[in-house]
Amino acid sequence: MAELLVWPALLAYGEAAVAYAGNARHPGSLGRLATWGVRVGWLAQTALLAGQAARGEGFPWGTWAGSLNLFVWLVVGAYLIWGCSPRYRMLGLAVMPLAAALLGVSYLAGGTAAEQGPSWHDVLLVVHVSFVLSAFAGFTVAAGLAALELWQARLLKHHRATILRLRLSSLVALDQLTVKTIAVSLAALTLGLAPGFARLPEHGVDLLIVATVGMWLLYAGILALRVQAGRRVLAASLSLVGFGLVIVLQLGLLLTHVA
Amino acid sequence: MNLLLVGTSHRLAPVELRERVALDPDRAAELGAQLAAEIDGEALLLSTCNRTEVYLSASEAARADRRATELLEGLAGAELDPYLYRLEDEAAAVHLFRVAAGLDSLVPGEGEILGQVRTAYERGTVGPLLDRVFNLALHTGKKVRTDTAIAESPGTTSSAAAALAAQVFGDLDGSRIAIVGAGRIGTRAARRLIKRGATLSFVANRTDARGRALADELGGETIPLERVSDAVASCDILVSSTSSPELVLTKDDVAGVLAARKGRPLLLIDLAVPRDLDPAINELGDCYLYDIDDLQAVVEETTRGREAEFAKAEAIAVAEGERFSAWLAARDVAPVIASLRQRAEEIRRSELAKASGRLADLSEGERSAVESLTTQIVNKLLHEPIVRLKEAAAEEHRGPESRLEG
Repeated sequence: MAELLVWPALLAYGEAAVAYAGNARHPGSLGRLATWGVRVGWLAQTALLAGQAARGEGFPWGTWAGSLNLFVWLVVGAYLIWGCSPRYRMLGLAVMPLAAALLGVSYLAGGTAAEQGPSWHDVLLVVHVSFVLSAFAGFTVAAGLAALELWQARLLKHHRATILRLRLSSLVALDQLTVKTIAVSLAALTLGLAPGFARLPEHGVDLLIVATVGMWLLYAGILALRVQAGRRVLAASLSLVGFGLVIVLQLGLLLTHVA
Repeated sequence: MNLLLVGTSHRLAPVELRERVALDPDRAAELGAQLAAEIDGEALLLSTCNRTEVYLSASEAARADRRATELLEGLAGAELDPYLYRLEDEAAAVHLFRVAAGLDSLVPGEGEILGQVRTAYERGTVGPLLDRVFNLALHTGKKVRTDTAIAESPGTTSSAAAALAAQVFGDLDGSRIAIVGAGRIGTRAARRLIKRGATLSFVANRTDARGRALADELGGETIPLERVSDAVASCDILVSSTSSPELVLTKDDVAGVLAARKGRPLLLIDLAVPRDLDPAINELGDCYLYDIDDLQAVVEETTRGREAEFAKAEAIAVAEGERFSAWLAARDVAPVIASLRQRAEEIRRSELAKASGRLADLSEGERSAVESLTTQIVNKLLHEPIVRLKEAAAEEHRGPESRLEG
């Protein structure tokens, strides 16, 4: 029965994506509908994950589709932290279609089924995957924030007269949130990498590990650029590059962790 | 009559009268409490620089009206009378909702009024009715700001400059502004920014006395016009409106100070013709330069969408007014409904008691079924008349359209 919860989650995320698109054209009550879609969808997906956890033994999201399901939940959770206020509805337009699409992919690949593949019992592996996925989710939301920031900076530079009607969050607020989100996500990635390194003697180094370390260096560089050197636009642009790396690493997981 | 409003505002009264009835929040709360005690009901004074209104609820409406009028005329004199308006029930509620939404403000769409309504409510002497109507007013004010873009519709270049500053910096608390040229337009724009929370960094003016006077008034320092290029690093928003035929700031001047700003944006507003600020400054990273034409374009664009946004906001206020009216109606007929239900219940019990002899052989379960059945029949019979009663009461409340008695 728990697997049926994917439908309300998918419907609610889809509704939120459509409502955010409508709200971008005609700001108003559609924004609230979108917010409720996010909340209801996230609650349904939480219940779905709880159901999967109750059925499985250990960590039941060991397949790439299962981890994608968990990733979507983390992304929407991160967005929920500050996304559900009127000023961040444009961020919803970036995040929710992606969340709905990825959850759909996870469903098609069996990641939302009640019975998953063999569960993981290695605590280090579970900690590693949980933190790394959390970090990826944070970086995804940070990329959405950075994209909004760059877009708004462009509108301001080109003196677009419509800018006030878009009712975006302020440039400074977006910048600060991007930095905070990256800082928190980087901490999560660090915590995720530590158990990964502990498993190195046993499993050796692969391309995925190298890329994850590369990602850590990239985001640490972004923080240094923004905080120390004050390179706001460059840091925001690199956040988008970082998101590209998140996609590559997710695909890498797909190719190397097919269960 | 449940809710009565007696008041005056910028729509009717000249400033000479408005300033006499203007009260600070503490004094307004004190007078409201006194009035509530006198009329044995609820009273709340909402006083801003553009309006003073008394919201009342009392069993003796005529007396409450008279006492509120006496209170206002006691402050401003009898000549205030022709400038007073009176509204009742839904019309009074819709008026308050429009006020809270900023629709009745001197600058329509401004947001300060919502805070003033909240303060008046928090300090006022409210009972159930004023509590309800002011809660709905705060809800309406927030809803209008969330669901419409009336606050983002500046009507002048100076308000467009302030709105753009908010778009860049958000809350302007902590943002520092610089005024280059103490002319009328630039000063007006700077005042708007300061009203939103910015603080003055410096004033640079060709005439030292005028710059000094402005800096003293707004709380900043003065510097010579020649030193602007050095001082620009210390501000976030620079408003320039000199009559200088030459550029006051060049691209190189600004480029030299950007590193020290660590990525914090710099908004430059050039209101002068000929322009004071080198247009090439806009090419620099983290610098956003708007001249008078750019601001005018923002005003025109937002004005185009303004009417639709205001219509949306008006519709929200009216819908909330209807909600209030329905609540009032339900509140009015509640005793009638309660008595109707009580009477019906008495009849049901009495008929069951009469039939008790014939029902004596029933088991406990059967007796319970009869109880339940008769209760359901009574409820179903009462449902339609109760709904009709509520509708009729709501209709009666909506009755007269809003009256503005001058």
